[in-house]
Amino acid sequence: MNSVVDFSSHVYEEATDKTAPSTPRTHITVRGLTKKFGGVPVYSNFNLDLPKGKVTCVFGPNGCGKSTLINMIAGLVPYDEGDILFDGKTLKQTTIGYVFQNYREALFPWMRAIDNIKYPLEIMGMSKADCDTRVQELIASFDVQFDLNRYPYEFSGGQQQLISIMRALAPHPEVLFLDEPFSALDYEMTLFIREKLQEIFQATGVTMIVVSHDLEEAVYLADNILLLTKRPTRVADTVVFDAARPRDIGTLSSGAFVQTKARCLDIFQKEVRR
Amino acid sequence: MSAATFSPLAPTAMRIGRSLIGPIVLIGIWWLANDSEWVSNKLLPGPFATFSSLWDSIVSGSMMKDLGATLYRTLYAFGLAAIFGIPVGIALGSNDRIYRSVEFLVDFFRSTPATAMFPLFLLIFGIGDFAKIAVAGFSAWLVVVFNVAYGVMNSRKTRILAARVMGASRWRIFRDVLFFESLPQTFVGLRMAVSLALVVIIVAEMFIGSMNGMGHRIIDAQQVFDLQQMYASILMTGGVGYGFNVLFIALEKWVVHWAGR
Repeated sequence: MNSVVDFSSHVYEEATDKTAPSTPRTHITVRGLTKKFGGVPVYSNFNLDLPKGKVTCVFGPNGCGKSTLINMIAGLVPYDEGDILFDGKTLKQTTIGYVFQNYREALFPWMRAIDNIKYPLEIMGMSKADCDTRVQELIASFDVQFDLNRYPYEFSGGQQQLISIMRALAPHPEVLFLDEPFSALDYEMTLFIREKLQEIFQATGVTMIVVSHDLEEAVYLADNILLLTKRPTRVADTVVFDAARPRDIGTLSSGAFVQTKARCLDIFQKEVRR
Repeated sequence: MSAATFSPLAPTAMRIGRSLIGPIVLIGIWWLANDSEWVSNKLLPGPFATFSSLWDSIVSGSMMKDLGATLYRTLYAFGLAAIFGIPVGIALGSNDRIYRSVEFLVDFFRSTPATAMFPLFLLIFGIGDFAKIAVAGFSAWLVVVFNVAYGVMNSRKTRILAARVMGASRWRIFRDVLFFESLPQTFVGLRMAVSLALVVIIVAEMFIGSMNGMGHRIIDAQQVFDLQQMYASILMTGGVGYGFNVLFIALEKWVVHWAGR
């Protein structure tokens, strides 16, 4: 299954370096982050380390600012104070990919699907030939069977979200952010995109930060589940789930999965009742 | 014959047939009103006499000259409105502070009847052709500005964020996202603007010293009591307005192919 995605032209450090799996390197450091909405602090002096080459799923009570957190890290929402660094670099020096919850509002409907995928490459100033090569590479690795010369609205929801993911991955991002990528999809498509994400992660080892409101989904995808508290938001706990990949339906009924999920739920409920 | 035996063309034919019912009924009532003298024949000529008068004026070319003059003025005014309206609208729409500071002015002049400004434009531009074009252009320009600005302000924030997270500069966001996001509303504005330009041009041709144009033709026919010619000219003017509308809707569908999907 993991042979489907092959980014041969670009080697991610972590994907090849398997020597030190016990202590993953920190990729994103958040220090002293403060964010107020209308004078009310949502984050105040918030610190966080996100590991490199791992999938981190962010889970927490409604309104705790899960999306706000990744949006601040991705530079979509300004913050009042604090520092966010990627391997010591600033956001400007870092290539990131972002997949929005609502693919319908995130893709450009006036561009064909293929031009949507090329867009971030054009922004980077890549030559036309290189753009075409990269897109062909993505089409091959994603095993895309549909015609990308059509407009986004001509595709099903799952296909549109897949196009969004291809667009986010086109410039070889160091970090891929996904804000509730499944919540606008039906169940069949959710399963399909979830498997695709797992394949991408196994093939590239790209650092992934996924916001989720579905605990089962979060645990299934995650290496680390980051549990947040109610406002003002703190880290309640980080739960590790280290089941082997590729994970499948069997994983969902395994003892480790059930225990991890139960532990997350326990922490979550304590935080909600607090 | 059962419905199953209809060819695939039948639903289209039915639809066209149904849309013709209204006009046919209206012409029927018109004919009846004329024929039975519900309305004095001096005020209402019959439909067939009117249509034959229309046909004669078209064939003889006398109406085409007036039609040409009206179309020229309308499209001139509309062209000015579009060329100066779209950039101003985008600029206003993408800067909230500038928009708030001129919002009152735009709303005020949009609510001022264009006809009330005839004397002012005559003072500025003289009684030549350009005074008419300028007043129509000004009214149409306001409609374009307002709609384009509205389109830009109501563009989906997600798409702007998507472009920004990919590293697009302000200018690229403007060119690649904001412009396209505002296009559906821009077309609404352009359609309204061309209709308004036609209305203002026709009125201007009637009352501010014109030697030609459909407005001039209508008022001339009324003055000499050539009612067939007056109705024929009104019908032609209506046809022009309707034609503009159909043309712009078709253009809009083709350009803004993603709207509503």
